[in-house]
Amino acid sequence: MADSPAPLFEAEHVTRVFDVSGPWLQRITSGEKRRSLRAVDDVSFSMSKGTTLSLVGESGCGKSTMARMAVGLYAPSRGKIRFEGEPLSAARADARLRRRMNMIFQDPYASLNPRWRVSRIIAEPIRAFGLLRSAREIAARVGELLLQVGLQPSDGEKFPHEFSGGQRQRISIARALSSEPEFLVCDEPTSALDVSVQAQILNLMRDLQRRLDLTYLFISHNLAVVRHMSDRLGVMYLGRVVEIGPADEVFSAPLHPYTRMLLDAIPDLSMSGRSRTPVAGEVPSPIAPPPGCTFHPRCPLANERCRHERPEYTLSGAMLVACHAVAEGRRAA
Amino acid sequence: MSAPAQNASTRHAPAQIPARAPGPIGRFLDSDLWYNFRRSPTAMIAGAVALVCVIGSLFASWLAPHDPFNLASLSLSNSFIPPVPLKGSQWTFPLGTDDQGRDMLSAIMYGGRISLIVGFSSVLFATVVGIGIGLISGYGGGTLDAVLMRIADVQLTFPAILIALVVDGIVSAALHQLHEVTEIYVIIFAIGISNWPQFARTVRGSTLVERNKEYVMAARVIGISGPRIMLTHILPNVLGPVLVIATINLAVAIVTEATLSFLGVGLPPTDPSLGTLINNGNSYLFSGQWWITVFPGAALVIMVLSINLLGDWLRDALNPRLN
Repeated sequence: MADSPAPLFEAEHVTRVFDVSGPWLQRITSGEKRRSLRAVDDVSFSMSKGTTLSLVGESGCGKSTMARMAVGLYAPSRGKIRFEGEPLSAARADARLRRRMNMIFQDPYASLNPRWRVSRIIAEPIRAFGLLRSAREIAARVGELLLQVGLQPSDGEKFPHEFSGGQRQRISIARALSSEPEFLVCDEPTSALDVSVQAQILNLMRDLQRRLDLTYLFISHNLAVVRHMSDRLGVMYLGRVVEIGPADEVFSAPLHPYTRMLLDAIPDLSMSGRSRTPVAGEVPSPIAPPPGCTFHPRCPLANERCRHERPEYTLSGAMLVACHAVAEGRRAA
Repeated sequence: MSAPAQNASTRHAPAQIPARAPGPIGRFLDSDLWYNFRRSPTAMIAGAVALVCVIGSLFASWLAPHDPFNLASLSLSNSFIPPVPLKGSQWTFPLGTDDQGRDMLSAIMYGGRISLIVGFSSVLFATVVGIGIGLISGYGGGTLDAVLMRIADVQLTFPAILIALVVDGIVSAALHQLHEVTEIYVIIFAIGISNWPQFARTVRGSTLVERNKEYVMAARVIGISGPRIMLTHILPNVLGPVLVIATINLAVAIVTEATLSFLGVGLPPTDPSLGTLINNGNSYLFSGQWWITVFPGAALVIMVLSINLLGDWLRDALNPRLN
């Protein structure tokens, strides 16, 4: 993973546990034990400037939790996150470093304050960091940002409800860009949009990345979207990154059985005759994950070892994989 | 990139929706709320009656035919004059006079002013306290939330009038020498403090919903402080239900004040509110001078009923599930 000498963003053995036990009184009366949910489990990765790392996975695999930890909305229970070599909490306390990270959210209907005009929404980071002082400069900058995301400067006078989902997502992007960040965490920025609008937003994001040299941590459950965006790709399953490597390689030569299962499930328009295995089974409850490799109940290659022993990472080419079968070279048909 | 251009053209192509009047008043006249109001006869009548009550009370010093507090203009020979259609009535005193020869209509207008001032102020007090506690409780969460909400729960188990009575009794006793000067503030405080839990619980509930929305997270990501998020982001979004409760609570506060004054622990007879007037007239009810107590009572009922109907309408109009 040391493809760059000074990574912009690093996560090292990051774990986040949520306490999901019932209320205290209920626990006492019914003799229930404390329950915890390990949303993110020992995740490590690093990102260099100007690249995109995507994290994909099914619902509940911890990708949104990881995104929120990356900008400091949640603190990791264990492990370290570094931004520009500084621990994240120190980076968050320093306004100059905090300014350089921002986030784009999933739901364009909830991510803009309905009582604020668009210009005030976009100007909030500018005012918060004191980037520009005079009202005229701020207004000019807001207009510029609106143009940059394909809206009109006059749209700043309107309220969010006057826009469509795609337009709102553009406003969200303009807000995220207004603090002139370098690192953007995108938590499923297109999953609430129509397919045609998704493409517009993704193209806009790629275009902005090229022009502004942005670094994206891109969270998605949609492999097609991820393919469009990523340099590197991590596949998450029940809180763990089971496979991470260059996006092209993950798509062309997936190693982990889960990645292969996901890729097999993408509709294949060319009808190449590739044998497809449908995605089988449900994600087990993260409150009581299966022992050993958490994927074993759904894995076609699982054996006795997978049921008991948790797989560590093995390096295979440029890819890191956590799978006994791959490590042992057990490749089923 | 063709996408933005295309986007802009589709947005400006359709004919503009009917031009809306600029400014906040134009926006209000254009709003669903005003449309809804114009469609509801109950709300319009209640609104008109409430407006008459409010104007009649607030401008009592200019509109009232007499000044019931100007002792020089009172004459005992005018006492117990019955209201207009009755025998012995005078047009100068359309609703009759009381035992001191005060004009009932003027007394009601001045009394209504005190009732409204006390009602508004105590609701304002309860709203400010309730919003503050609700925001802190909902946004902060944890132990503080649990403690504040248990206090609210405990207070809600007692009737509000009882709390007001106790608070009023204690504070009045503590300030007994200044009683006449401070009584109005004491009663505002007592009624306000008896009503804050409703506001706090409503605001807390809405805050719990709002604080997990992504626009709040967006503000947290760029490092906006908690108090600032509460005041600039969450507060404007939780005010809707507060407005409804405040309106309904205004009626409750006016009745509470009238009750306290009727029981004799409220405003002193030198500064009579509607409740004091009712109490005063009560002693003459069975000696035939019914108007001294019935007219202030009717005024109270009309004022409270119209405010209550407005509150009910507002609750329905602002409820997105009913529209």
